[in-house]
Amino acid sequence: MMPALPAWVAIPVAVLLVISGLLTLTGSLGLLRLKTFYTRIHAPTLGNTLGVFCVLVASVLISSTLEQRVVVHQFLITVFLVITSPVTATLLMRAAIKRNVDTSTPQPQDVPVQPSSVGHEAEDGKAAADAGEAAGSPAR
Amino acid sequence: MTELVYWAATFALGCYVIALVFSALRLWRGPASTDRVLGLDTMYINGMLILLVLGLQFGSPLYFDIALLISLFGFVGSVAMAKFLLRGEVIEP
Repeated sequence: MMPALPAWVAIPVAVLLVISGLLTLTGSLGLLRLKTFYTRIHAPTLGNTLGVFCVLVASVLISSTLEQRVVVHQFLITVFLVITSPVTATLLMRAAIKRNVDTSTPQPQDVPVQPSSVGHEAEDGKAAADAGEAAGSPAR
Repeated sequence: MTELVYWAATFALGCYVIALVFSALRLWRGPASTDRVLGLDTMYINGMLILLVLGLQFGSPLYFDIALLISLFGFVGSVAMAKFLLRGEVIEP
């Protein structure tokens, strides 16, 4: 068990821990509840960045108070996450665009071929919207 | 004042466990493969946060090293899976 902490350390540490827990819970709730993949990928970044940062600031405060000197090696995790989290998000997003995982737009094999010109117009409009949304994907 | 930090850490641990369950649900029922990779990445981060807060509660510096290793291997695993989904091959010749 940890020894006694002064009040000016204990209150910010408690506030930071509660904020971090709520942020991480919000991020994972968004990951569970949002509709499409392109919106879901935004949600956990909240827990990745700000949730971890709050916990590490709390850890730095407690360690520095207990050891009577400045301890900042916990920021190593924050620096590492700030570097690596965009790499993962970019690669996942490119994979999703390439595989066209957005379930709100119909897949090309699900759309029946319409002989009338109205169907062609609708399909062309959908293809243009898809090309605008997923720029860089090969044309179908 | 230590009681305050103890209960705040317990509250944060409860939040992290619920977040871990949510991301595990996304990993279980994700409609696409990229959803499952994203859920696994979030599970890594949540497990790392649980270990950090446990180390803060127990006052042990060992948990920090475990959390650093988990974040490192989680990044490597997520990038390998995303690269596999992108190219069909992890290390290209």
